[in-house]
Amino acid sequence: MKPAYFLLHLKKDLRLEWRSKDAINSMLFFALLVVVLFSLAFDPTQDASRKIAGGILCVAIMFAAVSALNQAWARELRNQVLDALRMTPAPGASLFLGKAIANFAFVTIVEIVLAPVFVVFYNLRAVGNAWLLALVIPLGTWALIVNGVFFAALSIRTRNREMLLPLILLPIFIPALLGMVMACSSILTGEADPTLWIKMLAAYDVAFTTLGMMLFEVILHAE
Amino acid sequence: MSSRIAELEEISKLYGTFAALRKVSVSLEHGRCYLVLGPNGAGKSTLLRTLAGLLQPTYGKVRIFDDTGEAAEPMEARGRIGYMSHMTMLYDEFSGVENLRYFTGLYRGRDCLTPEQALRSVGLDPALTRPVGQYSQGMKQRASLARVLISRPELLLLDEPFSNMDIQSAHQMLRLLETFRTEQRTIVLTTHQRELAEPLADWVLTLDAGAMVSLDEGPYTKAQKLTFAGAAR
Repeated sequence: MKPAYFLLHLKKDLRLEWRSKDAINSMLFFALLVVVLFSLAFDPTQDASRKIAGGILCVAIMFAAVSALNQAWARELRNQVLDALRMTPAPGASLFLGKAIANFAFVTIVEIVLAPVFVVFYNLRAVGNAWLLALVIPLGTWALIVNGVFFAALSIRTRNREMLLPLILLPIFIPALLGMVMACSSILTGEADPTLWIKMLAAYDVAFTTLGMMLFEVILHAE
Repeated sequence: MSSRIAELEEISKLYGTFAALRKVSVSLEHGRCYLVLGPNGAGKSTLLRTLAGLLQPTYGKVRIFDDTGEAAEPMEARGRIGYMSHMTMLYDEFSGVENLRYFTGLYRGRDCLTPEQALRSVGLDPALTRPVGQYSQGMKQRASLARVLISRPELLLLDEPFSNMDIQSAHQMLRLLETFRTEQRTIVLTTHQRELAEPLADWVLTLDAGAMVSLDEGPYTKAQKLTFAGAAR
C-alpha cells in the first residue's frame, strides 16, 4: 500500500529539518533565552513560580514557534518548489497537514528540551495532576502550529510577511493561549479544575484544523 | 485522439492596470513544437504560467483537452502538463533522485517514470548523492527537466530551458526535446536564443508588450528537421 500524501510531505519536511536543523536550533535558542531571562528578572519563589510559570512557558513556546513558522514555507518559495507542488494532482490539504505535523514535531522537540530547564530555573513542583500537562501543552502547541502554518501560507505573497504573520496569528491564537495558560496554571497550583480549559483547547484544535484543511486548497492556488 | 491538446481563447492577464497579456488566442496541437519569442517583458513567462494553470487569466479561457477532445477537469489537466521555469523547482538540500522520488509519490495512480529513468533520460547519473544546490547550472536545468518528465506529460511548457547553459549542454537538451516531439508530445518553449531552438520549431509565436504579433510556421522544412534529428542522434 502506498503511503498517504500527507506522509510524503511529512517525511520530506522531517528529512529537510534533520539535515539543516534550522528551525529547531533557532526555536530552542530563543525559547531558552526567554525562560532564563524571565527567571533572572523575577527570581520567583516556589509559590509565585506556580502562578506565573504557565504563562511564561506558553509565551516562550509561542514566540519561539512564530520565529520558526515565519520560515515554514521558505524552502518551498526558494526555487519555486511551491509551483511544482501546485502542478501535482496531490490535494492541498495533504500538504497543509504534512507541514503542520512536521512543525508540531519540531516544537515538541523544543518543549521536551525546555521542560527540565524550566523545572530547574523556576523550582517547580506541580500541586495538581502533572500528567495533564502532557495533554495541555500538545493541544496548545497544535492550536498554534495549525494556525501558524495556515497563515504563513496566506502571507507568503506579501512583502512584509515576517511582520504580518504574528499580526494575524496572535489575535486568533488568543483563545487557545488563554486556555493553555489557565489549564497550565490550574495544574501547577492545583487550585482549579483544568478540564473545561482542556475541552476548550480540544474544540479549538478540531475547529481550526478542519477549517485549515478545507481552505488550504484556495490559499495554495491563490495568485 | 483529438488533434488539439490546449487552446487559449482571447486571454488577457492584468496586474492592476498593467496588461501582461492582451487577447492572445492560439490552439496547440499534439506533437508540435511552439517556439515563443519576444523581448523581455513581452509576456512569454506569463503565457506559459497561464497555460500551466499557475495564473488565472483576467479575461478569456484556457482549455486543456483530454484524449476524447473534451475540456479536461483542472485536476486531470494538471497531470497532463509539465512546467519548467527559470528556477529549478527542486529542493536544494536533496539530491536529484531524492527530489524526484518525492515528486513521483505525488502523482499517484499515474504511469510515471521512475526517478532513475527520468534522470538517465536527461543525462544525469541517478547515483549522484550531491544535493541539487551544489549542481552546476546545466545540471540544475537537466534535473529540473527530469522533474517535469516524471509524470510523462503530454504538454511540456519550458521557460528559458537553455538559459545559463553552455552550448554543448544546450544542444544535448535540444536533442532530448526532439525525441519528445517524435513521441507526439507538445512542446511550448520560450527562449532568447532563437537560432538554437528554431530547428525544433513547427510554429514560431512572437509576442510584444503582451500581444501576439505573429504566429508563423517554423523556418525549417520537415526534411531539414529530420536531418537535424538524425544529426542530433
